[in-house]
Amino acid sequence: MTRLAFALALLLAAPAFGQSQPGAPAAGAPEIQAPVPEVGAGRGAQPAGQVPESTATGDRPTGQQPTPAAQAVTAPQPRQPSAQAPTPAPFSDRGQPSAEELELQAALRGERISGRITIPDRQAGNLIQPEGRDWRDFHNRTLTWVGGVAVLGMLAILALFFLVKGRLEVEAGPAGRTIQRFNLFERVAHWMTASSFVVLGLSGLNLTFGRFLLLPLIGPEAFTAVSLWGKIAHNYLAFPFTLGIVLLFLIWVRDNIPNKLDIAWLKAGGGFVGHAHPDAHRFNAGQKAVFWITVLGGTLVAVSGYVLIFPFAVTDIAGQQLAHTVHGILSVLMVAVMLGHIYIGSLGMKGAFDAMGSGEVDLNWAREHHNLWVEEELSKARTTVTGPNAPRPLGAD
Amino acid sequence: MARMKFLCDSDRCIECNACVTACKNEHEVPWGINRRRVVTINDGRPGERSISMACMHCTDAPCAAVCPVSCFYTTADAIVLHDKDLCIGCGYCFYACPFGAPQYPRVGNFGGRGKMDKCTYCAGGPQQDNTIVEYTQYGSNRIAEGKLPLCAEMCSTKALLAGDGEMIATIYRERVQARGYGAGAWGWRTAYRETVTV
Repeated sequence: MTRLAFALALLLAAPAFGQSQPGAPAAGAPEIQAPVPEVGAGRGAQPAGQVPESTATGDRPTGQQPTPAAQAVTAPQPRQPSAQAPTPAPFSDRGQPSAEELELQAALRGERISGRITIPDRQAGNLIQPEGRDWRDFHNRTLTWVGGVAVLGMLAILALFFLVKGRLEVEAGPAGRTIQRFNLFERVAHWMTASSFVVLGLSGLNLTFGRFLLLPLIGPEAFTAVSLWGKIAHNYLAFPFTLGIVLLFLIWVRDNIPNKLDIAWLKAGGGFVGHAHPDAHRFNAGQKAVFWITVLGGTLVAVSGYVLIFPFAVTDIAGQQLAHTVHGILSVLMVAVMLGHIYIGSLGMKGAFDAMGSGEVDLNWAREHHNLWVEEELSKARTTVTGPNAPRPLGAD
Repeated sequence: MARMKFLCDSDRCIECNACVTACKNEHEVPWGINRRRVVTINDGRPGERSISMACMHCTDAPCAAVCPVSCFYTTADAIVLHDKDLCIGCGYCFYACPFGAPQYPRVGNFGGRGKMDKCTYCAGGPQQDNTIVEYTQYGSNRIAEGKLPLCAEMCSTKALLAGDGEMIATIYRERVQARGYGAGAWGWRTAYRETVTV
């Protein structure tokens, strides 16, 4: 729309422009100019000095179609019938484009200078892409800092926590009896996701931090071998990780819908920070947070990862850079969150690991952390045992 | 020591692609790898220009800055080279490169990339100069033989200039002064943070 308005504005100025200035001679241009057709100015946007163009008003299959208005305005002007065919102006100042100017513009606007290419690789059509600088800045500065602070910060917090609170015990002591918390299928799904995540996380961190931490230690050849295997593992383990995310979502989403109890749990500081044991169903608010971070974050990381693993299959260079940005930032944040998850599930709390280890947790542990869930399970068990269809002990009749 | 650069005079380039062919032939570059290419901007419109583009051997090269395994190095002539024995084919250099220079053979799993390949300024790689090993990995090493890159040497209109930055800038400057116009040195602002002032 604005382009049309601009063209019209030029057209209004065209008659005067076309008559008084038939191409201002530019520096180094010959004194005598070939007659420039009046319509040349009407085409707008082009400097008058640069007219190696035909006299035809329209019909040229160029990108800039002269509007019907162009002919309406220029048609009444009397054309001087000349004996010779109008020759295009000699190459005086070839004018645009200036490499420096285009590059500056592209850099400022975040655009690319691209054109036609005769090879099938479409990416090759980009002559200059200044956004590479932004991506470099992200990769070398932003990601390194965010990742470093997130991972080291989380480790520091956990270490401090361990020093202050030590290992959280089961307050009532072990009951000796256990209750099943996660069945085999749940545990398999969990460990498939977890083990692939650990390898994915380590090989990913290696790409960002390895050359500062590992490369000086083991030398370039060994580091390349590690990184190459890391890359291959990263590519292949993407698939079990994605499958794991889907499975975890399907089996646990039912118990992870946030509700009022979660607010109370968070106010009490959970069992982690506070001393109380607020009511909780199968998953408390902290576990729900881990669940949703895993499911939503994992989905985004997986999607951006598939964009990266099949380079340029669905997007161009800008899309690839964006995919890497999303993938990198979310991944380091997820690594930080999962460090907390690993801590509380192993070192941080006695009895917690059994839930994912054997699947059977101590009854007192379960009562303290998931009282409502235990009650539910026990009442279910009671109806099974004492209900109408309950199996009767032999000889009870 | 010289500071080697490329300069493509787009007012002379006729898009004959001889530089591309010369490069492919000289280094026996595999199918699908294009160390050099010719891009035509404003195709079919006023201001159409063709520019031959390859690795510009940047000052403070972005590829080297982002490489996770630090496989890049810069020679005394300021030519940016890389070690294919260290490259893992992650593709980061392509994201960072302003000129789309890094190329990857499709050898890995999925859309995976093999070890990166790019213009070496006809200067081979870290292997012993002019050995079979070096030729197989990186192509011929004309710089070690005292010659300039073949793409520029073959250029029929002498649009593509290669050599010491000062010298080729002087040649270009003289051309522009003589003929009265010139689009400027493509990529120089981006690669070297400088331009050729006439």
